[in-house]
Amino acid sequence: MSADDWAPATERPIDAGDAGAAEAFNETLGHDLEFSPARRKHRRREWVQLLLDALHYRRTQVGLAMFLFIVAIAAVGPHVAPYSPTEFVVAPYAKPSAIAKLGGDNLGRDVLTRVLYGGRSVLILATIATTVGMILGVSLGLTAGYARTAIDEGIMRLLDVVLAFPSIVLVLLMVSVLGPRPWLIVLIVGVTHAPPLARVVHGVTQDVRQRDFVEAAESLGVSHLKIAFTEILPNITSPLVVEFGLRLTYSIGTIASLSFLGFGMQPPAADWGLMINENRMGLIIQPYAVFVPVMLIAILTIGVNLFSDGIGHALIGLDRDTGSA
Amino acid sequence: MPALLKIILRRVALGLLTLLLVSVLVFAATQAMPGDTASAILGRAATPERLAVLREQLGLNRPIATQYFTWLGGIVRGDPGNSLVGTEEPVMQLLGPRIVNTAALVVAAAFWSFPLSILIGSLSGLFRDRSFDSSVSVGSLALAALPEFVLGLVLILLLAVQVLHVFPAVSMVNPQLSIWSQMHNLWLPAITLGLACVPYIVRMLRGSMIEVLESEYVQMARLKGMRERVVLQRHALPNAIIPLIQVIALNLAWLAGGVVTVEYLFNYPGIGSALVDAVRNRDVPLIQAIVLLIAAVYVFLNLTADILTILISPRLRTGLR
Repeated sequence: MSADDWAPATERPIDAGDAGAAEAFNETLGHDLEFSPARRKHRRREWVQLLLDALHYRRTQVGLAMFLFIVAIAAVGPHVAPYSPTEFVVAPYAKPSAIAKLGGDNLGRDVLTRVLYGGRSVLILATIATTVGMILGVSLGLTAGYARTAIDEGIMRLLDVVLAFPSIVLVLLMVSVLGPRPWLIVLIVGVTHAPPLARVVHGVTQDVRQRDFVEAAESLGVSHLKIAFTEILPNITSPLVVEFGLRLTYSIGTIASLSFLGFGMQPPAADWGLMINENRMGLIIQPYAVFVPVMLIAILTIGVNLFSDGIGHALIGLDRDTGSA
Repeated sequence: MPALLKIILRRVALGLLTLLLVSVLVFAATQAMPGDTASAILGRAATPERLAVLREQLGLNRPIATQYFTWLGGIVRGDPGNSLVGTEEPVMQLLGPRIVNTAALVVAAAFWSFPLSILIGSLSGLFRDRSFDSSVSVGSLALAALPEFVLGLVLILLLAVQVLHVFPAVSMVNPQLSIWSQMHNLWLPAITLGLACVPYIVRMLRGSMIEVLESEYVQMARLKGMRERVVLQRHALPNAIIPLIQVIALNLAWLAGGVVTVEYLFNYPGIGSALVDAVRNRDVPLIQAIVLLIAAVYVFLNLTADILTILISPRLRTGLR
């Protein structure tokens, strides 16, 4: 049991995919890295194979379909919307009619139009936030895992401090000072992803640094940092795909929640989280203005989670196969 | 056991260090930012005179280290300053009843959801890969993906507004009375918050159950010819329970953070909705106090869980670094 295994599990493990990712990390490393330089050529093919394998699972298919449905709405929606998202079309909280198929919102704007426009912001912001988090987490984890004890301990302790804040609380803290700006939200949500990711990568890096090909590279005088990024990183890309999916689920949840609280996208933007906030007083008269965005956020988060869980399953299966071969 | 005591003391010291760093971070984020808290608070209403008064009031003219230690000293004495908004009440006076309300909500959520999730998780591990297990798996994946406010709104639509009319959609808590005497305000928020916890506990319990069932001592007990029921009762369950301490601590800590959106959604008067209001009003002392409180709860629960785990599991007592 390595020191890191025993560190307090300060983040809630997410689900099968998460456990699977950790397991897969170790399994990949168990047999892959010894041959790392030689096998790098096949890396891309294995990556494609992973996605193909994942698609055998029903949950991956369903998850992908749900995700693509939302992406389609966000991509095509604004081009087919009947009105402008800020145009006043009907009476406030008007019931669905021939003019407004899903009725009106709190100001009498067309709910259907705003729904068609409202998916872009959350999709884009969540994707960037997740990418920022991946870059931060992986870099910090690799650096800490490879550095000498003092720096290692320092980085990991600081990450523990960030872990003590629920992500929404940390974003609220920063927003209270700098205001609800998209770049700030993206950055802070990214920062909250870093500690758990860094932990996983850190543990793996520590295991790996005693291995033959790393020691060989070290004796050739290759710098530690270069080894970390050129020898170790290419071998953990597949598990990082799973992590990306899980982190994306979280980013979407946090960013939608922020909009719902009124600290994300600002009026008059059309955004699903914000729409829910604006229209929830009319829940009894005109439920569609709340119900439809709620359902779309649910479809999006569930879809991404199912999809990444499927990849997690495929990853474990893939490793077992190659492991026994 | 001086060695054990040393480990525990080291863990406590580490927890205190984390808390200290947390306080530095909270302070740095709010008070030491480039730009001035006073102008941030006043916004467009800022005039030179008002800025000067507010700076004086916040102590912004003093060196940053002095400001920090004054603030920290106040926190330690239980006085994190006065609210900047309205009647400028002391923060603790504002927060006191809200802390009680949030605690009531968290306890109510944990009360129903923890035992149920533990049961489902254990059964899921026991019937691994059967249909019960796989439907639980898909169900918890879906539940884990949903943001709490989405979950809450689905429940409101189903149980309060559209389909059934069992619960009130918004909590109308009477501040004069204890929260326990107005339980109807607690139901929907507690159901929402509890539901959000279910998938995590189910996952962890399932995992630890499977691990225990595959362990050598359970195999041994089976080989001795023990009945399956006895094997489960004597060997499997007690060992699957050890990770439960961590599970409970983590989820309680998470509940303390998850209250933010749920309380806001149901208009429930706890620290979560207080935080949302404080951020809206840029009420810096109140924000600092609430964020610090939530982080401290997290650090404290983690510390407690770690110490309990060290104390009850002999394997870890000897295997520590």
